[in-house]
Amino acid sequence: MNLPDWLQLALLLLFGGAVLLGLARLVLGPQAPDRIVAADTLAVIATAGLVLLSLVLESALYLDVALVYGVLAFVGVVALARIIEGGARP
Amino acid sequence: MSLPGNLFLLLGAAFCFLGALGLFRMPDVYNRIQAGTKAVTLGTLCILLGVWFHHPEWWAKLAAIGGLLLLTNPVGSSTIARALFLAGVRPWQSHPADREV
Repeated sequence: MNLPDWLQLALLLLFGGAVLLGLARLVLGPQAPDRIVAADTLAVIATAGLVLLSLVLESALYLDVALVYGVLAFVGVVALARIIEGGARP
Repeated sequence: MSLPGNLFLLLGAAFCFLGALGLFRMPDVYNRIQAGTKAVTLGTLCILLGVWFHHPEWWAKLAAIGGLLLLTNPVGSSTIARALFLAGVRPWQSHPADREV
């Protein structure tokens, strides 16, 4: 752990605020598209959080986790978009 | 202890927060898509750069994550926006040309 204390506090507050705002939009979203967009954004924020976690815990293993999480989030987003677009047309 | 790395980490977290704030505050799903995608992508890239300043030996995995993010995130958002428009979701303040598609 080589980050100064003020930076740790600032990163915690900013990321906590970002996740809370995204979750609020995920819960309050008036329609399903708002929730899908919120889930997509939360996945990218979670990828950034995993990269930051690898720095805080001094372990490069979390970078692999972030990479796989990013790929899976993209596949999920494209699948949801296909469903919205209307059925399983070839 | 590296000052540029710390500054990039702070900048990236600030952009992630602003992107989530835009996601919460914007009036329309298309505005939310652009706020969430652009600001959060920039913030994540800044965080990757900050981690690279702290641990230069992780450059390969950081570059892989950044390249994947740059390739997939705009494509995913564009796919969502296109699917929503084709499914009949209209923008908040609609232009007359939007209604005829």
